[in-house]
Amino acid sequence: MSEKMKTENLHLFYGEKEALKGIDISIGEKQIVSLIGPSGCGKSTFLRCLNRMNDLIKDCRIEGKIYYNGLDIYSPSSDTAKLRKNVGMVFQKPNPFPFSIFENIAYGPKTHGLRNKVKLQETVEKALSEAGLWDEVKDRLNSSAMGLSGGQMQRLCIARALAVEPDVLLLDEPTSALDPISTEKIEELLLTLKDRYTIVIVTHNMQQALRISDMTAFFLLGEMVEYGETTKMFYSPQDKRTEDYITGRFG
Amino acid sequence: MKNWKSKIIGGGLRVSAFVVLLILASIILYVLVLGIPQLKPTLFQWKYNSENVSMMPAIINTLLMIALSLTIAIPLGIGAAIFLTQYKKEGAVVKVIRMTSETLSGIPSIVYGLFGNIFFSTYCGLGYSLVSGALTMAIMILPLIMRTSEEAFLALSKGLEESSLALGAGKLRTISKVLLPSAMPGIISGIILGMGRVLGESAALIYTAGTATGMAESLLSPARTLSVHMYALTSEGLHMEEARAVAAVLMVLVLIVNFISNRLGKMVGGKNE
Repeated sequence: MSEKMKTENLHLFYGEKEALKGIDISIGEKQIVSLIGPSGCGKSTFLRCLNRMNDLIKDCRIEGKIYYNGLDIYSPSSDTAKLRKNVGMVFQKPNPFPFSIFENIAYGPKTHGLRNKVKLQETVEKALSEAGLWDEVKDRLNSSAMGLSGGQMQRLCIARALAVEPDVLLLDEPTSALDPISTEKIEELLLTLKDRYTIVIVTHNMQQALRISDMTAFFLLGEMVEYGETTKMFYSPQDKRTEDYITGRFG
Repeated sequence: MKNWKSKIIGGGLRVSAFVVLLILASIILYVLVLGIPQLKPTLFQWKYNSENVSMMPAIINTLLMIALSLTIAIPLGIGAAIFLTQYKKEGAVVKVIRMTSETLSGIPSIVYGLFGNIFFSTYCGLGYSLVSGALTMAIMILPLIMRTSEEAFLALSKGLEESSLALGAGKLRTISKVLLPSAMPGIISGIILGMGRVLGESAALIYTAGTATGMAESLLSPARTLSVHMYALTSEGLHMEEARAVAAVLMVLVLIVNFISNRLGKMVGGKNE
């Protein structure tokens, strides 16, 4: 298994406050990695480092290295647009654009220069199929994405991210705003996507981490306390704090 | 006891709603009932003379005035709103621009008229003209369009911007292809309000676009709009019946403009529902 992304001694500061305190993690290709931990532990912040979304935040400073396919993503020669094309992201709240379903998916490919109508059509169909949404929406591609249910919207957002052909997918609590049935669908979807994509998912739901992920990282107060195979971590945690968290003693 | 109180309050609210409705309805009815019987074909003749007092030139001038002032105010207003919400989010400049626009929206229109008269008509040498009037109107509705556009941008969820950027889109593309279309319904409501103000304005236009009766032949010709036309007819006192007809037409025009803009808003923003 080759390494897809890696961080080395990653520190992140919001002004004076240190939000990440030296994270070293290696993310293998075509794996699902869960990031768990109590609110405010830095797991979402960490996730947003991987596609440089923290660049948007004022007074946010990063030290250390992050590699994607062995290339330093914060080096001056790194192309952020290209990085974000390769490392896609899905957010906590389903946030489709107020356009048609088709236009939502086509937006990304168009951004990267795809103009050919036939090719666009193919890309949209492929992305929607991959996200398991094609059969539900194929007859209403031109109607507004705002008319979809919450779960459908989130799968649309996944399809939108897939349409630019990334190979890493970052998901920030993608099911926390969804009902159990939609959540199950998204989990099944992620398991099918594992064949082709590397997936990093932040979750508050430990059962979810256990159900879908190969590896789990436990974050606490800006530190990564433990990182290892999910089943190992859940059944024989090495650190006392991990054990306390997963057995529900805090968090 | 409680029940008794809530009945009184409920009754009071109902009465106030009814009074508002009554006032509005009686104005509309009054204008239409007095005005419509006065409508006659000669009022719509292409050329105005003191015989037919045709309002046709004024109708055309009004439409030109609206189109021209919006052409000036819309890009400036939306541009400023984008700058304030997407680029310069805080700081002294923003505060000054906000304060200025708030102050400007509270100034009586006659003050705009006098300013337009001194600056555009006299200092810039544009005289009493369509363009002087339109520039003055643009300044007058600019704060309105800017503020509503700003609110529309601020109301957008942060997720839209983030999603677009996360797909590898740049800032400019995110603004023009995602944020602007998403904010469109709000922006259009500001534009409608602006249109309404141009349509109803008389004081500021008398001093800038003048009261000449002909149809504007160029940007530099004077252009009497419907509201000004109505004011002129009433103040001359010779054509009161015709003035009533103008009021009715003005009212219908307002309704049509609102209807069309609503439709337009739904068409652009319809994807939003």
